[in-house]
Amino acid sequence: MIYGQAIVDGILTGGVYALMAAGLTLTFGVMQVINVAQGVLVVLGAYLSYELAAHGGIDPFVGLLITVPALFVLGVVIEVVLIRRLRHLSVFNFVVMAILATYAVSVITEGALDLAFGSGLVEVQASYVDNSFVWFGMHLPEIYVYGFLLAAGLLGALSLLLYRTRFGRSVRAAEQNRTSAMLVGVPVQRVSTIVFGIGVAITAAGGMVFGATNAFNGSSGADLISRLLTIVILGGLGSMGGALAGAVALLVVENVVAVAWSPEWAPLVFSVVLVGVLLIRPNGLLGRAVAS
Amino acid sequence: MKRTPIVLLTASALLSLTLAACGSSASSPAAAASSSAPILVGADLSLSGDFATEGVPYAHGYDLWANYVNSHGGLLGRKVSMKILSDASNQAEVTTNYQDLISVDHASLLFGPVSTLFTVPAAREAQRFGYALVEGAGGGPVVFSSGLTNVFDTGLTVSGTVVPFAKYLAALPASERPTTAAYATENDPFDVPETQGAQQVLQAAGIKTVFNKTFPQEVADYTPIADQIAATHAQVVILGAGDLSVLSPFVHAFIQQGYNPEAFYTANGANPPQFLPAIGGVGNANGIVTSGSWFPGYQNAQSEAFVKLYLKTYGGSAANIDPSVAEGYSVGQVVQAAVEATHSLDQAKIIAYLHSGATIQTVLGPVRFDKLGENTAASAFLFQWQGGQYVSADPPQAGVQGLVFPKPAWGAS
Repeated sequence: MIYGQAIVDGILTGGVYALMAAGLTLTFGVMQVINVAQGVLVVLGAYLSYELAAHGGIDPFVGLLITVPALFVLGVVIEVVLIRRLRHLSVFNFVVMAILATYAVSVITEGALDLAFGSGLVEVQASYVDNSFVWFGMHLPEIYVYGFLLAAGLLGALSLLLYRTRFGRSVRAAEQNRTSAMLVGVPVQRVSTIVFGIGVAITAAGGMVFGATNAFNGSSGADLISRLLTIVILGGLGSMGGALAGAVALLVVENVVAVAWSPEWAPLVFSVVLVGVLLIRPNGLLGRAVAS
Repeated sequence: MKRTPIVLLTASALLSLTLAACGSSASSPAAAASSSAPILVGADLSLSGDFATEGVPYAHGYDLWANYVNSHGGLLGRKVSMKILSDASNQAEVTTNYQDLISVDHASLLFGPVSTLFTVPAAREAQRFGYALVEGAGGGPVVFSSGLTNVFDTGLTVSGTVVPFAKYLAALPASERPTTAAYATENDPFDVPETQGAQQVLQAAGIKTVFNKTFPQEVADYTPIADQIAATHAQVVILGAGDLSVLSPFVHAFIQQGYNPEAFYTANGANPPQFLPAIGGVGNANGIVTSGSWFPGYQNAQSEAFVKLYLKTYGGSAANIDPSVAEGYSVGQVVQAAVEATHSLDQAKIIAYLHSGATIQTVLGPVRFDKLGENTAASAFLFQWQGGQYVSADPPQAGVQGLVFPKPAWGAS
């Protein structure tokens, strides 16, 4: 039973991590931007949900109606002010400079959060955070179940947006070849701005669930970013489904090793799995070859 | 090729910004050397990152002490100037920071970092230059077995933390005594021996170990560890949590699993002001036990004066003063006592004084160091959340009966 519980915990928590990593894989897949500010943006999303719940009495899930658009606007601003200005660089320099630019965003945002909220740890509160569903003798925390459903819904909606809409065709065209897309009339610059906005916006949802399941402060993003990068590399950079698969794989492997053996060995075993997968599938579980 | 300088310029700018963010006020070596110039006190603290929850209140404690000294005639008639460098919770930064404080800033006195992980490299660097290093939150056994003769810890030793609670459980009548215990601890040089100390006492009393695991300092998900403990139905849980970010997931997971241990001890994270808001209110806190060397209600003249000074400086309420502020303040008091007793800033004299067995009165109570630098006179308290209040249950403060056992159900008032 304890192994079943560990696997189910891993799947549910994996959904939360997928939600946090989705923006990272989206912005890389479409824009070749490795947004190293993703971790601290998750924390920003968590703080926004915390403020709305603690001071506005707004349920964290309802609060997403405010925090998601707010972070979309922030994403658009980051893209217009920083990322867009680097587009004239060669591909290599663009990728490097985008990492530095988003690192700057990370440092500034973390500093601002420390100034605004201090170093104290807080947590998003809701009446259902400590409740569980009992299923085949296992206790499934409601917040993780809701978080997983939210992840599945949002990632599914994003996939529909990317593969079933005109905008999605533009995005995929830009992803495959920016120059050719521009030549056939795709407004690549606008598409990039919207995609970056969406990538940051979806982070608000991940941040909310992260904040409801973890005590956090402004520095918590530093711990997150390495895990999120690992997830998108395992899942395949640019793949929504890959983000979910990578996150679930990470959490299930670590959980089972923690239960069966020792939590201390869990990161090592996962690293071995990661290397093994990348040796067999260099583009990750569900990734495609990245254009040079 | 033309674009390369842009990359370098941006990288340099970011590096400069990061480095600038690490430091605070400065003081020239010439000023430090002058007999009328302020005395520069240097310290490394974790002002960001994983240890910031302790590092920031420590900085408040150091600053509060400096402000108090300056408003009361200074030290040896000279003002005190604090320079705190942040290690950003990165062990590699600690040595560099103390090198800078000693070699570049020519600090006259050194205060220690938080965490045992940082104390050893800090004390080694200080010892290389003959400095004393007084600290309050980094006294794991490894510090005192490293051959260091210059480090002094005002805080509790490992044996003063959870062991009194383990002895309390072991001394319960056989009919009331728990029979099973679970141990989970972060891989930290203070928390691991602390948990092992409890295990030795409880096993000797016949309390069977049903779970015993160590986990790394950064875990993606604590739920499976907590769920596994819940599945054992252990009556006692001893958790070596580094801070609230570790403790909180265990509390939530136990509640979600419907598991309520009869005794729940945590090494860290249960103190005000952050604990209650994080875990969803007093009902989820009641019965949880932790240990420490200070609380706002401590009946000690220095402590009472400290509380007044804190409230005057920072505002708020006494109940919400972070104990780390008091611990940091005690470091300043100890160094001050040594400087005033020796009438000098000579490090050899300061070290000799601190090793002399002299008793120094501080906000934490009496401090007296043994030959290793451990505080043998430290006041040890077992704290427990009772009726929504964080109280000293052993020794019991006024109006408190003692430790409550078994722990009330989750959500009980």
